[in-house]
Order: sequence, then structure tokens, then C-alpha cells
Amino acid sequence: MPKLINKNTVITNPWTVMKASTGPEILQVVPGKNFIVPLQFWKLYQEELNEYDGNIAVWLDSDENPEQISDELHSLPLIALNFPVFSDGRSYTNARELRQKYAFKGEIRAIGDVLRDQLYYMAQCGFDTFEIRHDQEAELCLQAFNDFETGYQSTVAEPVPLFRRR
Amino acid sequence: MYRYDGYDHQMLADRVAQFRDQTNRYIDGKLSEIEFLPLRLQNGLYVQRLAPMLRIAVPYGMLSSTQLRKLAYIANHYDKGYAHFTTRQNIQYNWPALVDVPDLLADLAEVEMHAIQTSGNCIRNTTTDQFAGAAPDELEDSRAYCEIIRQWSSFHPEFAYLPRKFKIAVCGTVDDQAATQVHDIGIYIVKGDNDEIGFRILVGGGLGRTPVIGKEIFDFVEKKHLLTALEAILRVYNREGRRDNKYKARIKILVKETGVEEFKNKVTKEWALIKDSSLTLTDEEIDRCQKFFDAPNYQELSNTPTQLTDKLQSNILFAAWHSQNVKPHKVTGYSIVTVCFKETGVAPGDVTDRQLEQIADLSDEYSFGEIRISHKQNIVMADVRQDQLFELWKALESGAMASNNLGLLTDLICCPGGDFCALANAKSIPIAEAIQRKFDDHEELTNIGEMNLNISGCMNACGHHHVGNIGILGVDKKGEEYYQVSLGGSSKNNASLGKIIGPSFAQEEIPDVVETIVGVYKEKRIGEEKFIDTYNRIGIDPFKEKVYAKAD
Repeated sequence: MPKLINKNTVITNPWTVMKASTGPEILQVVPGKNFIVPLQFWKLYQEELNEYDGNIAVWLDSDENPEQISDELHSLPLIALNFPVFSDGRSYTNARELRQKYAFKGEIRAIGDVLRDQLYYMAQCGFDTFEIRHDQEAELCLQAFNDFETGYQSTVAEPVPLFRRR
Repeated sequence: MYRYDGYDHQMLADRVAQFRDQTNRYIDGKLSEIEFLPLRLQNGLYVQRLAPMLRIAVPYGMLSSTQLRKLAYIANHYDKGYAHFTTRQNIQYNWPALVDVPDLLADLAEVEMHAIQTSGNCIRNTTTDQFAGAAPDELEDSRAYCEIIRQWSSFHPEFAYLPRKFKIAVCGTVDDQAATQVHDIGIYIVKGDNDEIGFRILVGGGLGRTPVIGKEIFDFVEKKHLLTALEAILRVYNREGRRDNKYKARIKILVKETGVEEFKNKVTKEWALIKDSSLTLTDEEIDRCQKFFDAPNYQELSNTPTQLTDKLQSNILFAAWHSQNVKPHKVTGYSIVTVCFKETGVAPGDVTDRQLEQIADLSDEYSFGEIRISHKQNIVMADVRQDQLFELWKALESGAMASNNLGLLTDLICCPGGDFCALANAKSIPIAEAIQRKFDDHEELTNIGEMNLNISGCMNACGHHHVGNIGILGVDKKGEEYYQVSLGGSSKNNASLGKIIGPSFAQEEIPDVVETIVGVYKEKRIGEEKFIDTYNRIGIDPFKEKVYAKAD
């Protein structure tokens, strides 16, 4: 089970991320789970998902974007954004867009290649929870949220830029 | 110049502590090479052929004498006694050891300096005209806007992992000395209707493997919308810029593949969402930043005082330096002095710790304790009294800093090349030196007149060869170092990319090739025509014929 943290502590993880290659039969085989399903799966198997007895959330890969789920996203309890590799910065923009453009109020989770040294910026862009890569130490990761006392920009975490606070 | 407040200091201290921790984890083996890579790059640290290279940010090229002295100390303490001015107004050290870098950064932080985002796939140092605030042809001082952009781009959480590096230049003068059109974003300060000052914004310019002149996307952006416009452009780029191929990842490729109009539409859509948000600039903030660049305490003086005119008549060396290196100032009785660091035999842009200290002392004495670095790798003292020019020149001369070749053929731009850089195909510094030796007669150089000769050791184009009037590019030909020559490039207002003249040359042929090119120009020029104007009139063929005829 991958370790999950929020900005303060290690938390239990009720969700399972479904791999991109998974077929719909898994819904039959594994009932009653809370799945974060890939966007394509979610689009293709709406009916099967409606009948499923566990909770369902969606994850977007870094080359997908929130516009593709803009009509339905408010019904989702959680949207996960994937970092296929930590140096792929697109999910930062996706997180910000979910919050600012679509006013998404649910949980935004970072999944994939989620490492200690990118956590501070992720939190600034609107991520709430972080499924850290298996080799990352949770204690070390939790320190990341204090890397900076404040920043110059207008962010999701601090919408008022420094020049309006000075 | 800009002074840090508690917030700026805190952020810098946080950054130094963060990088110290990252470096320790890397040394302890807890952070892999590949994961440490972007972290060290975003703190200016490269691993080079011989040693690490650390690039220090010099925001829009401005330095105080206190900062210069600290840079001299660092050159002495952590390096081998010298530093290097880059073509983006920064400073590089070639020898600091990785373990020392966190301490070096802490030393820099004491004088409000850092190496943040001087490398890596993020927004880099914002550059501008080295005469900003002093130039007579300026619409408005660009430095306040550069500082506003510096703050917005520093530690921007959304744009730290862009597809590729991202460079912004701002130009407030009529005569563009900032190579604005070959930046990812080029910003011209312009006057709109009712004489309101705003910005004309170009995107997608750049050099490197695929040189492109930037395209206009907004002809007038109100001051208050500067940051929201930039943020909208970056957002589109971060999402849509190519990440599958490093060589196609710059914004210029995205703009080209999307089409300027469509790209503009996308940006306009993003912009609409944030145009009137908390990121909209306030008058107070623009005012606050402008105050840091208020005019220094100028005296009431007159132009061309006798102390100057007497010496111009009696000392021909001073007169030669004056006519080349001293430019008009917007304030009566003052001049702008450029100290040219293109002494033959010294790598262009190299400066010793002793020289840095001397420049610090001279700037305290003659130019309000401030200097600027130019993108042509020289140093500018922007506010020198005309009646003190001779004294300053004497002092420069005694420090071997009175080269009088500013703007001439031997004031060339040159990257570190194969002697230092791991990327280079070929050496560039020995080429520069061979050309400087060939053209060692000042009279002949002034006869040739204004000429930009730019040399890059590889197609990454750090030496800006595409926009040199004469451009020289090091290429690898079956393991041998060869040099390709191009003509007609310019980074000024009429920016253009040079055209390759033909097959490349061996290293030892280059000085003669340059001489032949210059010979054609001298033969064909009409009156006072500059090289670039003659070239634009007659085209490349006459040069080509002569250069290759000789080879036969």
C-alpha cells in the first residue's frame, strides 16, 4: 500500500489507483473497493461504474486536462493528477486549473513519481494529499511543506500575492 | 537599485537552507543523480568538463560595489581568482567544489545575491538594456518592471518544471541593446494612445539549434496587466510545450507548430480568467519598485566641460577611448562609460578578483557605486561626470581595463567553448584570440566601424552566433573541429538571423576568412554605411565569391 500524506501527517489511504491498462472486468472481480480510475476507463465504462458498489474517483495523466471532465467534475469526491516522472510539470497547471477555473472543492491528490523535493510547490498549486513514491520517507516528506515561509506569487494556497501583502 | 526587505531575505535564507539539505542528501546517497539534477541546476550548478560551474544571477545586470567586492572574495576564496561575465548579464565561476556551494550561496545571500533559476527548465534571469535609466532615448526605465518580473518568476510553484528553459528580456530604449527579439518572451516598453506607457509583447524568439525571431502577440498591454499576461503565456506553454524531444521543447517550436494566431487565442483565453485577479499589478507596487531606481544625486553640470575637451585634444589615446567607449547620457554633464573586457589574449568576459575590486572602487568614486553587466560581456558605469572621464580613464588604464574597442570587430561575443564546456563541439576562445591578433590596429578597427562578431562553440548558441553580423559556429566534422561562418545577423531592432556563407573552415583559416569578408565590405560600402547595411544592400554573394575564390 503506497504511503499517503497530507500537509501535516501520514493518513490512511482508502483509495486504490487503477492502472491505465486495466479492463472493466476488475469491477466484477474486486467488488466494494474505492477506485481512482483512469480518465479513459471512466469515460468508457460509465454504466459499469454506476452499478459498482464502491466509491469512484478519476485520475488524469499529465497529458490530459480538466477540460475533458469539466461537466462532471463537481460530482467527484477526489481527482488525482499523475506525475509520470517528477520533472513533468504539467500536473501543477492542472491542479491550479481545477481550483481556479473550475472551482473544484474536492480533494486533489498527487500520484506517480511524487518526491520530497517537489511537495512544497505541489501544495502551493492546490494539491491536498500526496501518494509518495515507495522509497520516500514520510517524515522527511512532511518537512517539505515548511521549505519556505512564504512566496511572491498568487497561488492556490496563498491567492494574495506578496506585493499586496507587503 | 532594488534593496531586499524582510520577505526577500527570508525567502533567500529558506532557499539556501533547502539547497544545503538537498546537497547533503545527495552526498549521503539519499538523493539520486537524476533527482538531484534539476535541483542543482535551479541553483545554478552545472557539472562541467573539468569542474562544476556555478552561475550567479545578476538581475537585469545591476551590481553594487558591495556585491562586486563579494564576487571578488568568492573568486578568490572558492575559485582560482577569476570570474566570467555571461551573455545574459550573469556571472559564472568555473571551479567551486560541490560541497562548498551551499556556503558560497550563504555568502552571496549576505549581499542580496543568489544563483536561483540561473539554469534548468524554469524562468531564468530577466535581462534588459545595460543603459537602462541613463539612456537618452528611453521611454521609461525598464528595471522596475524587470524587478517585478524577477519576483513573480522566482520560486513560481507552477513553472518550475517547464518543458525547457525560459528567458525574458525587457527593453525600454529606442535602440534595442537587449537582444529582445531572440528571447522566449521579448517585452518592449511602448507608448499607446494618450501617451500611456504599456508593453508590446513578442513570443517564441530564441537562438540555439532552431533560431527564430520572436512574433508579436500583443501590441499593447497595460502596465497593470503585465504579470497576468506573462502568467497566461507560461500556462499555455507549460501545458502544451513539447516534452517528447528536448530539441523541440522551447516555446518557439510550440508557437511555430500552433501558429501565432492560434497561440494568441489560447493565451487570450487563459488571460481572460486571471486578467482582473489579485495578480493584477497595483499602482502602489509599480511605484514601490520604481522608487528603487530613482535617479541618483546628479549635480548640475554642463556638457563638454574644459576638463574634458582639453584632454581630448592633448591625449590621443584618451580621445580614442572616449570616441568608442563613452556614450551620451540623458542628464547634462554626465556620460555612460563602457569598460570593454575584450583584451586580446584574455577570454572574452573573464575578469580577475583584483579587477572586480578595482571596478568596485572606481564605481564608488565615479558612478554612484553601481555598475551593470552588458549582454556583450562588458561592464557599464552608467553615471560618470564628464569632467571626471579623464581621471576614470587613467585609473582604468593602470588596471589594464582601458580597451578602446567597444562595438568594434574585436569586441566580440564568445562562449567558453571546448576549453571549459561539456557541450561544445569546438573551442571558441582561441578563435576569438586569433581574430583579435589579426585585427590589432585600432585605426583599422575604427575604419571598419560598428561590427558584431559572435562565436559559439556549438549549436546551443551561447555565443549568439546567429545574430552576429559575422557569426562563427564550431562544428564537428569527423572528429575534427571546424567552423561555419554566417553573415548578416543582428540582435537590434531590425533583428535578423545570419545566413551561412558555405562550407566550413579549419581553425587556422578563420582569421583570413574574416579579413576577406571585411575586405569585401570596405570595397563595397557607400559612405558611412555600416557592415550590416552594406550586407543588406548587396547580399551574401559578393562575400561568398571572394571567400571561396581565395580557397581555390
